Amino acid sequence: MSAGSNQPRLDRRAAIRVLLAERGDLLVVTGLGSTTYDAASVADDERNFYLWGAMGGAAMVGLGLAIARPDRPVLVVTGDGDTLMGLGSLATVGVQSPPNLSIAVFDNGRYAETGMQPSHTDSAVDLVGVARSCGIEAAFDIADEVALADFTRRVQRKEKTLFARVAILAEEPPRVLPPRDGVLLKNRFRRATGAE
Amino acid sequence: MAEPATPSDWRDDIFAALKAADIRQVGYVPDAGHSRLIERVQADPQIRAVSLTTEEEGIALAAGAWLGGQRAALLMQSSGVGNCINMLSLAKSCRFPLTMVVTMRGEWAEFNPWQVAMGSKTQAALELMDVLVYRVEDAASAGETVAAALDIAFNGSLATAVLLSQRLIGAKRWVK
Repeated sequence: MSAGSNQPRLDRRAAIRVLLAERGDLLVVTGLGSTTYDAASVADDERNFYLWGAMGGAAMVGLGLAIARPDRPVLVVTGDGDTLMGLGSLATVGVQSPPNLSIAVFDNGRYAETGMQPSHTDSAVDLVGVARSCGIEAAFDIADEVALADFTRRVQRKEKTLFARVAILAEEPPRVLPPRDGVLLKNRFRRATGAE
Repeated sequence: MAEPATPSDWRDDIFAALKAADIRQVGYVPDAGHSRLIERVQADPQIRAVSLTTEEEGIALAAGAWLGGQRAALLMQSSGVGNCINMLSLAKSCRFPLTMVVTMRGEWAEFNPWQVAMGSKTQAALELMDVLVYRVEDAASAGETVAAALDIAFNGSLATAVLLSQRLIGAKRWVK
């Protein structure tokens, strides 16, 4: 199901609240742009690592983190643009399949950061199909809060690699800007999670 | 591997350097020059071998590993360095420790001229992104050079690359 179809869509800030409201010991990586603002809108938690660049890299940061920390659930929250730029990384994740890694893609079929230009998911590309084809069997197309809450509970169970394409509205809520200093973000994440 | 193992094989010396530095994740794109080293990595139960679709994935993998308290290293060919350029901004902006071990193409008895374009600019491209570059021309210094690059990377939170010259690796044979 491509994003361009006429289907229910979630408010992105409501969606991120479902994912992060009761996070427990969840470790979070966000993609540059809107998903970083979304995570910060819930709370600027030191266990969030925000990408302010490195487009296409969110899933791979999550993979390296998940391999290093099998004791903790790791959730990547990123957009359709970041996912499309690093599409091959879904293949790499599928091969590795760490059971504690989950990827949630907020898909509005748009490049919100640059003026809402349509992305490939708006017309042709089905990210759930891509994820399944890459070997991520537990891949879900989510457009309501009940299904998203169920996904969130599965993330905590660390049983297998999960993927969710979360259909969100193409709108830009007020930006919530967390720190941009990469060294600060790195060091505080490592301190807060016992890596140093 | 076709060639017999010798006690002082330089690829085994590099593997020993990775082990001594407690490298726990190795990202790589399959490569003939690195093949023996990759096999050693795959066979080691303490190291997670992560085959990549493109080299830039490895820069992000290494960042995630460090966030989780593990050390990673990357193996790639010189053409792959070109794929990494923007992703190196992740290492630079956050001062992630990083060591890339690069087999050179396009510089010594190269058969394929398409390798020369990136191979001749590999070192300059890395240095433009503030990666510290060390070259290895002879087998005897391969292990200690990788060990030194890992030391600087993890002691100083810096990005380093070791370029293994094509003369060391041996030019690729196209007509067998």
